[in-house]
Amino acid sequence: MTFTSTGLATAQLAAATKGINGVTLAVFVFFFLAVTVMGFLAARWRRADQSENLDEWGLGGRSFGTWITWFLLGGDLYTAYTFVAVPAAIYAAGASGFFAVPYTILVYPLIFTFLPRLWSVSHKHGYVTTSDFVRGRFGSKGLSLAVALTGILATMPYIALQLVGIQAVLDVMGVGGGEHTNGFVKDLPLLIAFAVLAAYTYSSGLRAPALIAFVKDGLIYLVIGVAIVYIPIKLGGFDAIFNSAHQALAQTGPTGKPRGELTSGPNAQWAYATLALGSALALFMYPHSITATLSSRSRNVIRRNTTILPLYSLMLGLLALLGFMAVKAGTDIKGNPQLAIPQLFADMFPSWFAGVAFAAIGIGALVPAAIMSIAAANLFTRNVYKDFLRPGATPEQEHRVAKLVSLLVKVGALAFVLTMDKTVAINFQLLGGIWILQTMPALVGGLFTRWFHRWALLAGWAVGMVYGTLAAYGVASPTQKHFGGSSAEIPGIGEIGYIGLTAFVLNVVVAVVLTFALKAVKAPDGVDETRPADYTADLGDEGVTADLPPATAGAPAGH
Amino acid sequence: MTEKADSPDRRPVVTPARVVAGLCLLAPFVAMLWVSSYARIEPRLIGIPFFYWYQMAWVLISTALTTLAYKLVQREQRARKDGADQ
Repeated sequence: MTFTSTGLATAQLAAATKGINGVTLAVFVFFFLAVTVMGFLAARWRRADQSENLDEWGLGGRSFGTWITWFLLGGDLYTAYTFVAVPAAIYAAGASGFFAVPYTILVYPLIFTFLPRLWSVSHKHGYVTTSDFVRGRFGSKGLSLAVALTGILATMPYIALQLVGIQAVLDVMGVGGGEHTNGFVKDLPLLIAFAVLAAYTYSSGLRAPALIAFVKDGLIYLVIGVAIVYIPIKLGGFDAIFNSAHQALAQTGPTGKPRGELTSGPNAQWAYATLALGSALALFMYPHSITATLSSRSRNVIRRNTTILPLYSLMLGLLALLGFMAVKAGTDIKGNPQLAIPQLFADMFPSWFAGVAFAAIGIGALVPAAIMSIAAANLFTRNVYKDFLRPGATPEQEHRVAKLVSLLVKVGALAFVLTMDKTVAINFQLLGGIWILQTMPALVGGLFTRWFHRWALLAGWAVGMVYGTLAAYGVASPTQKHFGGSSAEIPGIGEIGYIGLTAFVLNVVVAVVLTFALKAVKAPDGVDETRPADYTADLGDEGVTADLPPATAGAPAGH
Repeated sequence: MTEKADSPDRRPVVTPARVVAGLCLLAPFVAMLWVSSYARIEPRLIGIPFFYWYQMAWVLISTALTTLAYKLVQREQRARKDGADQ
């Protein structure tokens, strides 16, 4: 195979110059090339007759069944950054990093409750984004724009973080990305990876990540399965791992406080619970989660998925425990906790399997990055370009603009990572979570009731955004003066809690109070183009056909 | 809510099946947000502290509860559809 020989040649060349592991790199390159080919071939997979519109490119023709949706959502929500960051948090501070598990447990009852309604109303009215829905429900372009911009703003740093995930892997393999190499060469592997990603997203749309997600998840399950059995055996069992972690966490750091705790202590429990709840609420406000959900074939596909998606949460929990194993193994992180897991794999596994593990993380970054850029492109095209810049755009124009924007978004994320410090991306991601949560009252409120007034929702959103940003700015950590974390004291309660959730509560209070006020003065209410029955409509119901609603009024349907 | 009032089949919004489904979906929130109920090390399971294996066990419990809620909602939907057809 040409793939392997090229990979080996590159590997040998690099090994000769830098003393890196050629086998690991060759395996990594092999998998990377394989998914690249898949990404381009994906354009032909389940193709519709007429593919030049946003439904086809941006939602895969809305035709995905239970299993594809499962892989797509799983590939989407459990990103490379998750795989690197969750164990890194455990490695650095112990129990507090484990909040990711209750967080992903709480996500599914939430999806079960509200996403089928969004699916139905979107299917009936041809909505591609959450902003489409908000505009239709509240008759407010302003509110819709606020939701769209928040979505784009929150997604950008998320894409940048996927690059940080790839960088961690490349760094451990010794092929650049980190601080240990320099010059243009250090960024070259990352540039190549992203050029490839951009090219196949551009040509295949949502079908590419859907197909690649199969490979990614297969590899991830394999690697975690092996790691969770093999590494504890090598390290002398879980007892030894946790005892050593207990000692390591009790040691005091530069601040004079212990590094962390083995269980959530009395002062940390509010933060733990509010982080889990706030993150769960925020996750399904992200444009990329909505994109993956709307691409499914029916309401039941979504509900059935909430019963099988938790398999990923179990995997995440096991993965988190790897953080403790890195503590026990005394993994050399070169001052960067993000390297803990890749370095642990490199130390523990035979080189070829380390290559498989790195490929899993690397490909794990590509799938969500592709979906996120598509989601951001959908938002821009529908809710900025079509609503404000060019109201008469045809489906072909929408399609073209979306493809271009997906490219721009990725270039932007790349520039972000290459020019700025990594911590900037992490800070923005933290802010993004707080911001995206502020779109929830408009979206979820709108799905269940038309009681809220559009201006009140807009005001609540603004208050939540400002409060959240200022509060996050004020958080200091030992290494940073601002944006040092996502938790701060909750005003009036005095406990430490997740800023995003506090801002959300403030947001809802403002929206409720102002709705009463605006109704009292009879402020003009927007036109609601949806009907109650639209929210429960399913495939096969009267008025809902298997045929897709047109992406744009007056245009021919998807197929 | 006004929205069920004008649906064609005027059935009650609150049915026993829906209440049970709702409770199934609510249970994980109570269990997971009540952090002090599980913030301890003993009893361990194959060396893993309670804090960790308990939360991971809840992944399975909540999956079972969501599945139950799914079945209940689906059965009721079918019943409603049949009722509307007759």
